[in-house]
Amino acid sequence: MSPIITVSNLTKDFKEVKAVDNLSFQVNEGEVYGFLGQNGAGKSTTIRMLLSLIEPTSGEIEIFGLNLKAHRKEILKQTGAMIERPDLYKYLTAFENMKLFARLSSVKLKDATIKDQLAKVGLADRANSKVKTYSQGMKQRLGLACALVHNPGLLILDEPSNGLDPQGIADMRKMIQHLSKVEGKTLVVSSHLLSEMEMVADSMLIINKGRKVVEGSVSALLNPEKTEVELITHSANALSFIQNSNWNQFLNQAVGERICLEIDKKCIPVFNKELVENGIEVQSLRPLHSLEEYFLSQTKA
Amino acid sequence: MLLAVFLSYTPILIAQDVKTLLKQVKDKYDKVNDYTADGKMKTNVLFIKAPIAQVKVYYKKPDKLKIRNEKGVSFIPKGSVNININNVLALDNYEAIDGGKEKVNGTECRVVKIFPISDDENITRATLHIDENQQVVIKSVISTKENGTYELVMSYKNYISYGLPDKAVLTFNTKEFKLPKGISIDYDNGTDKDKKDKEKQKKGKVEITYSKYSINKGVSDSVFAN
Amino acid sequence: MFFAILRIELFKIFKRPRTFISFGAIAIIVLLVQLALKVNGKDFIELYTDSQSDTFYIPYDKMVNGYFVCVAVLHMILIHVPLLIALIAGDMISGEANLGTLRLLGSKPVTRTELILAKFSASSVYVILLLIWMAFLALFGSILLFGKGDLVVFKEMDWHQMNDYDVLWRFFAAFIFAALALTTIAAMAMMFSVFSENSLGPIVATVCVVIVFTIIQQLKVPMFEQTINPWSFTTHMLGWKGFFYVEKSADGTTIDGSIENPTALVRSAMILIGYIVLFLGVTIWYFRKKDILS
Repeated sequence: MSPIITVSNLTKDFKEVKAVDNLSFQVNEGEVYGFLGQNGAGKSTTIRMLLSLIEPTSGEIEIFGLNLKAHRKEILKQTGAMIERPDLYKYLTAFENMKLFARLSSVKLKDATIKDQLAKVGLADRANSKVKTYSQGMKQRLGLACALVHNPGLLILDEPSNGLDPQGIADMRKMIQHLSKVEGKTLVVSSHLLSEMEMVADSMLIINKGRKVVEGSVSALLNPEKTEVELITHSANALSFIQNSNWNQFLNQAVGERICLEIDKKCIPVFNKELVENGIEVQSLRPLHSLEEYFLSQTKA
Repeated sequence: MLLAVFLSYTPILIAQDVKTLLKQVKDKYDKVNDYTADGKMKTNVLFIKAPIAQVKVYYKKPDKLKIRNEKGVSFIPKGSVNININNVLALDNYEAIDGGKEKVNGTECRVVKIFPISDDENITRATLHIDENQQVVIKSVISTKENGTYELVMSYKNYISYGLPDKAVLTFNTKEFKLPKGISIDYDNGTDKDKKDKEKQKKGKVEITYSKYSINKGVSDSVFAN
Repeated sequence: MFFAILRIELFKIFKRPRTFISFGAIAIIVLLVQLALKVNGKDFIELYTDSQSDTFYIPYDKMVNGYFVCVAVLHMILIHVPLLIALIAGDMISGEANLGTLRLLGSKPVTRTELILAKFSASSVYVILLLIWMAFLALFGSILLFGKGDLVVFKEMDWHQMNDYDVLWRFFAAFIFAALALTTIAAMAMMFSVFSENSLGPIVATVCVVIVFTIIQQLKVPMFEQTINPWSFTTHMLGWKGFFYVEKSADGTTIDGSIENPTALVRSAMILIGYIVLFLGVTIWYFRKKDILS
């Protein structure tokens, strides 16, 4: 897979605040690239730099193998974006918004094509209603339709599930999966809904305070050879047992009844057996492998 | 002694002469009961910038005169209508003094100074320059109680037999014009500064060049109504 | 691409109800002035001619004609139209920022310079359409209601009279000049708009600047008359009136088709164009480097 986006040493300073600090990453063709970080981590700033809405202080961005600064127009012609809330022109209808954004993307579409595209996001029957009468979910779907109106190869979605109800979130997830798996588009998706990202992302980047924490494929990040294991026990001598055994070298932290160790996945049954044999009551013993737990463990660090 | 008698009687004799002259002039004007004439009016007043206007002049004996711009806008000086030679010639009770002779526009004229005796008259004093040969007034300077002083200079050609001029130039006093501040915000194109220097120039001039007199064909009184 | 964006911008302007507030406001003001002059035309003229009514017969009825009414309307409303222009031009960029659509525009394959030029051109088209609307109501409406005739215009120290056949071209020239003047306001409002992320700020700022400079101009204090006023755009915005000031010949009569001091008008037009270029230049310069965070 060839890289669609290559970001090198990207930095953005807002007066004294370093919003993005020497960030480098790569997005490959056809993948869904998850972009994770806490509020204020620098996700939106990075996404806006990818769309040339914000001028980087330093660093390089290449999209489709072209330098963004030098080939902005060519790149943006092949890029669709939905940034945060898709605030469209509320006083226009969905159809008018679509037509307007198609023209801005240098595409002339027939009315029937626009209607087809609106039908794909379930807005065919409301095509001629003003956007101000839409629900948040409808606006979100229209925003996605507008981002796709010129059939871009790269789609950048900043918090696409924001403000959606569970059904809306599920619909958005299906659309992302469809765009990636069926239509073969490359997607960069930032979201704080970690479970959603876990379900749709192929690769991901976690940033914290503008810096890269970790980058890689979701499967590799969530299923490593070594994993953090959480032990919950009421036994008071559990910690002293671990500290006086070979397991001590894997001990990460112990707070009250919660003890965490980083051990090889294969060793978990052996560890459990030893605990039981030594009279330690095991309430729970499980690997911490959900994205949320992984994210929290990474960003806390 | 003879000289003294001559000198003491001279004004009276002369007064009688000028009254005769005035009578002759009046008789000439009296031939005209009414007239209408077309005219071109040029206005030369410091603060008025007006184009040449096509006017119609109406007269009816003894002293009704009206200048009308039938189509467009014209600012007719009030004195040109209220104060004319007919007002002077129509005076019943007046003193006339011979002011000697003077040339006006190349014509030798008799200068006659007229003082109304009655206090009721608007005219306080008039000086007429009369062409004795043609028995027409070439120039008049009329001072009034209400409207200041008016000077009228006339030249004659085609209608001299009726004592009607081909051209009349009226000079009159004007008041300074200045809009009160705040009434409008003007565009300053740099020309007002020049005018401030000319403010002292307070004489206005109106020139009417007559054509197509229609004499004694009758003029309705309604023409003179406001 | 520029014309495509321009069409989009015009489409957006004329799809917004607020655009038509200006058209409605102008229609109401024009009709009110026309009604007032129909009823009290003589009183209105007396304001100007009172000091001369002893010396001259003032033909009030003939003076209150369609042309005079149109000049009176322009006189009264052109000073207030900047507010209506600011309402649209001041919202051009900040309104999009406020609405959240600026980031959508900024991420489209159009250059920021193209975007600003298209937005400015759309504002200018709005200005022109507003003036055409004004001309339609104030000129043709007044001619219909009051008829034609010679036009008399009162300046601070002069009365300028024009033959009826010498008037119409002056109105067209005056409307073109007014368009230039109001385009200056549009450029300034847009400049303020690029610095702001809400619509109200640029609109209020534009109106405040116009008011401040108009007051300075009205004060007629030598200190300002020699320093600020010759360069203030509010001074030159009144240049449309210059087309109704006629030149007179040596014998005191006016010359048909003439303008009193046309050089001053050319200078005013050049200064206004200079302001437009300046405001537009600042807008483009700032917008090109602006981080769109809204």
